[in-house]
Amino acid sequence: MQMQKNTKTLIFDEKKIAGDIVKVAEAILSDFSKKNLYDIAFLGMQLKGVPFARRIISSIKSSSGINIPLGTLDISMYRDDIGIRKTLPVIHETDIPFDLNNKAIILVDDVLHTGRTIRAALDAITDYGRPSMIKLAVLVDRGLREFPIQADYIGEMCHVSENEHVSVSWKELEGVDAVYMMPEKNKGMKI
Amino acid sequence: MKWTRKDLLSLYDLSADEIMAILDTAQEFKKVSERRVKKVPALRGKTVVNFFVEPSTRTRASFELAEQRLSADIVNMSASTSSLSKGETLLDTVKNIEALQVDLIVMRHSAAGSHNFLAKRLKCGVINAGDGAHEHPTQALLDIFTIIQRKGRIEGLKVAIVGDILHSRVARSNIWGLLKLGAKVTIGGPATLVPREFAKIGVRVCDNLKDTIEDADVVNLLRIQHERQRESYFPSINEYANIFGLNRETIKYLKPDALVMHPGPINRGVEVEASIADGPQSVILEQVTNGLAVRMAVLYLVAGCLEK
Repeated sequence: MQMQKNTKTLIFDEKKIAGDIVKVAEAILSDFSKKNLYDIAFLGMQLKGVPFARRIISSIKSSSGINIPLGTLDISMYRDDIGIRKTLPVIHETDIPFDLNNKAIILVDDVLHTGRTIRAALDAITDYGRPSMIKLAVLVDRGLREFPIQADYIGEMCHVSENEHVSVSWKELEGVDAVYMMPEKNKGMKI
Repeated sequence: MKWTRKDLLSLYDLSADEIMAILDTAQEFKKVSERRVKKVPALRGKTVVNFFVEPSTRTRASFELAEQRLSADIVNMSASTSSLSKGETLLDTVKNIEALQVDLIVMRHSAAGSHNFLAKRLKCGVINAGDGAHEHPTQALLDIFTIIQRKGRIEGLKVAIVGDILHSRVARSNIWGLLKLGAKVTIGGPATLVPREFAKIGVRVCDNLKDTIEDADVVNLLRIQHERQRESYFPSINEYANIFGLNRETIKYLKPDALVMHPGPINRGVEVEASIADGPQSVILEQVTNGLAVRMAVLYLVAGCLEK
């Protein structure tokens, strides 16, 4: 029997990620006129969506001068797999320091996979108010959707098999900006 | 810290990390009750039975509301509506409840340890809402949560618990929880109601109010349980109020920034004078608000660990 090594492969490096941040920021800027930028707010998904949201916001600020508000969203209470998962995820802070009624919300996450997390996020957001619209920005779209959900702004597309896990590291959290691919540890328990 | 228990039976069983995992989770659940939509779908499809064999209004209402805010389905049972009154054993009654495919049982029972007994024999989760004079874990968790919200920490704080320690499950759960988190605990009250044995686990034991509360950061006043006063532990309620009650005179012993807590229901003028219960040092109603958040957190964590 061959032993499978638990190795991780770098698929996107710091430079590539920096380019993706600018690309997404520019796409948002071109979708919203300067006047409409004041009606936008970002919601970063805990945990790995928050640094990405922060970077896009600072990129938009340096090219337009406009400061877009940022909130954080944790969807643990909205999951559809409580009692199915082996262990519960730790709940992180949900902090929405603005009124999201009639705002255009840009929901930000690191990796788009099954779409289940985004489904939960949409339920959570609508419990906080009624935004005028919700758009989705992700750093990596790795495919293999289980729900009819697509992103509006995508940093990188990559097609990774079901047995692989895509993991994003951020300087703020892990000390380096990078996207890795590695063998899936909890097979059959996709999130 | 990952939560791995399907039951919440006592604080004696929990580690400091597990206690903090509940309180950190409660922090986020507290915000749910401050939103426009005060409900999350976390326990959708789960059934919770509130089985209160001993009377309770506030704990039961708090659990019920917590369950509703988590979108669980609820069945309420009390001793008089259960077959216990027809002679069925506790285990049979609860096995019958479990046979209805319920996920969680929140129980209050007069027998200490009844929850431990059931938890071992049931697949569903068991949450202790009070067992005799043994433990009342969610009350202590909400007390500790309230202290952390006000004081920012537990470690190193001096917490005084005053009154009928002997019969109090609230005191026992508080003592275990507070000691685990590094507080210095003092108990005080009539000598007949304050067991000396608590000194063996590191609790300071006093028999007068001044020594008990004078350097405390928090004073938790226990209810005098009239229903248990048939045996005379002290001469009269009046005498208790004068010697151990917090009133205009005795509050002078207390530091001005000390918190005054009470698990309710209050006997105004006995454990605490009305003006103090409603005064600036009192956090009694905050305790009630926080109780909801703590119970939501406990239900959520326990439900996440049920057998698949």
